Amino acid sequence: MHELPQQLANGLILGAMYGLIAIGYTMVYGIVQLINFAHGEIFMVGGFGALTAYLVLPDGTGLLLALPLMIIGGIVASTAIAVAAERFAYRPLRGAPRLAPLITAIGLSIALQQAIWKWYPDAKKARVFPQFQGDAIDILGATVQRGEIFLLVAAPLCMTALGLFVAKTRTGRGMQATAQDPDTAKLMGINTDRIIVIAFAIGATFAAIAAVAHGLKYGQIDFRMGFITGLKAFTAAVLGGIGNIYGAMLGGVVLGVAEALATGYIEEIPGMTQFGGGSWKDVWAFVLLILVLLLRPQGLLGERVADRA
Amino acid sequence: MTPLLEVDDLRVAYGKIEAVKGISFTVEAGQVVTLIGTNGAGKTTTLRTLSGLLKPLAGTIRFDGTPLTGVPAHQIVARGLAHSPEGRHIFPRLTIAENLQLGAFLRKDTAAITHDIQRTYELFPILGERAKQAAGTLSGGEQQMLAMGRALMSRPKLLMLDEPSMGLSPIMMQKIMQTITELKASGTTILLVEQNAQAALSLADQGHVMEIGRIVLSGTGADLLHDESVRKAYLGED
Repeated sequence: MHELPQQLANGLILGAMYGLIAIGYTMVYGIVQLINFAHGEIFMVGGFGALTAYLVLPDGTGLLLALPLMIIGGIVASTAIAVAAERFAYRPLRGAPRLAPLITAIGLSIALQQAIWKWYPDAKKARVFPQFQGDAIDILGATVQRGEIFLLVAAPLCMTALGLFVAKTRTGRGMQATAQDPDTAKLMGINTDRIIVIAFAIGATFAAIAAVAHGLKYGQIDFRMGFITGLKAFTAAVLGGIGNIYGAMLGGVVLGVAEALATGYIEEIPGMTQFGGGSWKDVWAFVLLILVLLLRPQGLLGERVADRA
Repeated sequence: MTPLLEVDDLRVAYGKIEAVKGISFTVEAGQVVTLIGTNGAGKTTTLRTLSGLLKPLAGTIRFDGTPLTGVPAHQIVARGLAHSPEGRHIFPRLTIAENLQLGAFLRKDTAAITHDIQRTYELFPILGERAKQAAGTLSGGEQQMLAMGRALMSRPKLLMLDEPSMGLSPIMMQKIMQTITELKASGTTILLVEQNAQAALSLADQGHVMEIGRIVLSGTGADLLHDESVRKAYLGED
């Protein structure tokens, strides 16, 4: 288990998932300076949306055939929740002290967890997520599960699509303008309220894709899965430089690889044996966050605040 | 003929502090009208209210025959009112060309937009030379040119300029004022807010002097330029 290619592959896969979720944190923050702490739960709801889509399909539908519908089901569920949260929870608080939307986000996060726990059938325990059958695949000396291939395809596709959208489309340019100077963006005729909704929707879409990946990778989903994964993705967003979409993906990959390497190698360092293995991986992830905040508070690809004025 | 812009008894407040306390003025098509006055007189507040960024407490704004009060900010530019804000507010991390494109955000006539961008580069050659550069790398004067060029990209019926000469070197200031004169000659209707009263009044058809939220004196540019109280208060003469 300690071979380097394997650890790197594990880290890359985990990191790509963090990165997809981190996009949601970073886009919303970039445009409205709000940390949407309910984003982890939007990810979780996406997972249950995908599962629902799978369950309503006739028995015996092949997973490859069902997958597009599951992705759509996940996106519909997560986007509906995200857009409703923006409209009814965050928008009325725009202009309020920054603590108010933050507390609202935490409340929303708890409410969404409890809603799934209470009302989704049999969700009080983890629910089984459909799995790809077949043996794992060997890629460059690393063993990759079939379900993990999905993420390795989806993450680069999503990033490329988002990059093109932001750089090349009219709405994307409106989005950049709103992030840099919302009042002046309005003077250009940009409907900034609409831009904010689009940012929430894109974040929710990516979170739903990540949730499908999560289900395929671990074989189950549960109402608490958004908490620690959401926190990791938030860490990835800060690590990469919050507000920067490429930074979010880079931060995710760096965090995932760091976690995998810490899990695999720390116990081999003399005197550190007791701090290695899977049970300490979350600790090392947050140690990395603390180090970045101390040494490079703007994140890997972030600009110093002075440059953004 | 009804004026292009009619402001009647406009009052604007920040919380409980009233910054504009009931002002009325008009702008006729083809005119340059200037609001002058010291810091805190309410000039910028007036322009931001006309643009919809601030909601008025009371009063009416009519533009091109229709009321503007209550229209959201992002719909104002579509009515033909463009605003080059105080402090320039260009988009620093977008290129100069992208900034100009944003000025034409609501326009769909791609060919004409390209043509207008070329025209902006003729008006301000430095912008053309640096078209692909991030706007944040421009000097203050160049940023001012970009802000004005960007506002013109919407082909406005009325161009509002807020402190275009602020913080500029005398040479750059002269250049900006000369550009405004050229715009006026080409028939552009302009509402100009300036602290440099001398320059503003020299090219304005109409001028209004604002003091702590009120218009205290109005007249033609030439009249105000020769008014004794204006000369004392704003032109630095004893």
